[in-house]
Amino acid sequence: MSPIMLEVQSVSVAYGQRLALRGLSLRLDAGSVLGLIGPNGAGKTTLIRAISGVVPIGSGRILAAGRDLALLRPAERARLVAVVPQAHNLPAAYTVWETVLLGRTPHLNWLGQILPKDEARTEWALRRAQALELADRPIGELSSGEQQRVLLARALAQAAPVLLLDEPTANLDLQYQVKLMELVCDLAHREGLAVLAALHDLNLMARYADRAALLVQGELCAEGTPAEVLDAEVLSRAYQLPVQVLPGPSGAPLVVPAATPSSHMT
Amino acid sequence: MKVQPYLVASALLVAALMLSVAVGSVYIPPGTLVRILVGERDLPVAFTTIVLELRLPRTALVALVGAALAGSGAAYQGLFRNPLADPYLIGVASGAGLGAVLALSVRWPYTLAGLMAVPLAAFIAALLTVVVVVSLARSGRALPAANLILAGVAVGAFATALTSFLMLRSQGDLRRALVWLLGGATLSGWLYFLAALPYVGLGLVTLVFSGHPLNVLQFGDEQAQQLGLPVARVRMVVIAAASLATAAAVAFSGVIGFLGLIVPHLIRLVWGGDYRRLVPLSILMGAAFLLAADVLARVVLAPQELPVGVVTALAGAPFFLWILRRSRKQEYW
Repeated sequence: MSPIMLEVQSVSVAYGQRLALRGLSLRLDAGSVLGLIGPNGAGKTTLIRAISGVVPIGSGRILAAGRDLALLRPAERARLVAVVPQAHNLPAAYTVWETVLLGRTPHLNWLGQILPKDEARTEWALRRAQALELADRPIGELSSGEQQRVLLARALAQAAPVLLLDEPTANLDLQYQVKLMELVCDLAHREGLAVLAALHDLNLMARYADRAALLVQGELCAEGTPAEVLDAEVLSRAYQLPVQVLPGPSGAPLVVPAATPSSHMT
Repeated sequence: MKVQPYLVASALLVAALMLSVAVGSVYIPPGTLVRILVGERDLPVAFTTIVLELRLPRTALVALVGAALAGSGAAYQGLFRNPLADPYLIGVASGAGLGAVLALSVRWPYTLAGLMAVPLAAFIAALLTVVVVVSLARSGRALPAANLILAGVAVGAFATALTSFLMLRSQGDLRRALVWLLGGATLSGWLYFLAALPYVGLGLVTLVFSGHPLNVLQFGDEQAQQLGLPVARVRMVVIAAASLATAAAVAFSGVIGFLGLIVPHLIRLVWGGDYRRLVPLSILMGAAFLLAADVLARVVLAPQELPVGVVTALAGAPFFLWILRRSRKQEYW
């Protein structure tokens, strides 16, 4: 059995009066992809922000590689947990190389010197994310699919054992969605990364995730293999929409909204 | 590291330094000038005095001030993620000027220690100004670009008005001494340069080493935190360093606007926005640029001198408007 890389232990997070996460517990194994699903506002992004230390947690604790993240300095935390954010508002003038080099931030000495090992890791990360040929281009000129791979490369340059992805396929065309998810799976399975990916697309999750977790209103509603979690009854209740789960062509289940009277009226 | 930008910037700086020493109301033949600079002493005393005791210290001070203003301008732009930030436009320079005048109007012992207290007062006032401007400009967690400039201009105008009041109320020596605040580096003598050097040096060295953190900050606070940057600490260090350099510059040369805006932008256009390059290049080019402006200020109405701030504002204000239009379109920022 793979070692547990990340443990979320009854974590609650509040934004003012509103509880965004309510006593959530999850674990993430090395070498596997956990697909995090749930309707908008369920707390997927909040969970990623809590693990990466951007929002403070109210109660509970989060361990990465056995260490309590709340007790670590920012750089120590970033050496354990890397985040791939959505590609919004990136400073357009930076080149891909300059951007990915920023992933080395938690490894630099106090003078901020870039050493040959940092450049070597940056190059490796770019190659691994299939973005090496973009190295000299300004990120503002790239397509969103390419930008997303650059941000993935930046996270890989961090050399952290835990990788968090926030809706990595949100603005991507189908071809880029598939390419990115295949890359992410390959990284988990071949490099042994523990990957947590918040995903909108249930079918993409079903096809690529090793395990699945369903969040509803800040609580864990179901957890298991994608086939176990993608249960028509559970999903219908979670998304407040009747859905059907069909056997998909590739073996992964396929989730479709159930036919309703109104859908015939167009 | 790409060497070429540094060679170009250094060459321009050397050219500006030589120009600044060569040009003045008294014509000194180039040959004589070189012989004075390399240390020959069997030359007319008037010439050696003019070069070594008037032009050289002034040149050194102007270069130092240019380096400080452009270097801290680049840092403020990175810190606030705002293409329009400049020590003058965000009000810090005027705040520092007020601090300097307050310190001077208390008592002004003309010694190195006495002189060094002035930038310190300017520094404290500059930090207070940053705090006031940022808290006025903030809207929720965001710091909109236009708000920062509006708050900066308003606070700066207030500080300038108080400064003018203090200056007009003062008499005699103090009044004469305060005229530099109009933005002319007419103070000369090595003492001023020496008094400013440690502050500007400390501030600028810190900023040069902040290039990588400033790059990280361009991706927003959230990503910066996730990349392991201690965001709050970095902000404090950069604000302190940039304000220290600005304050020392203002304390000895007055309020000179727009330099911190023009220079980093020109460098960005030519060599890109990587702060590891941008900050040191701004420092070199800032020195060169202000020297050139100062030469211009000396010759346009010779034998009268224009305050150098007039030259930088004439060049800088149209430039500001141009950036304002460009930055709306998000073309290269």
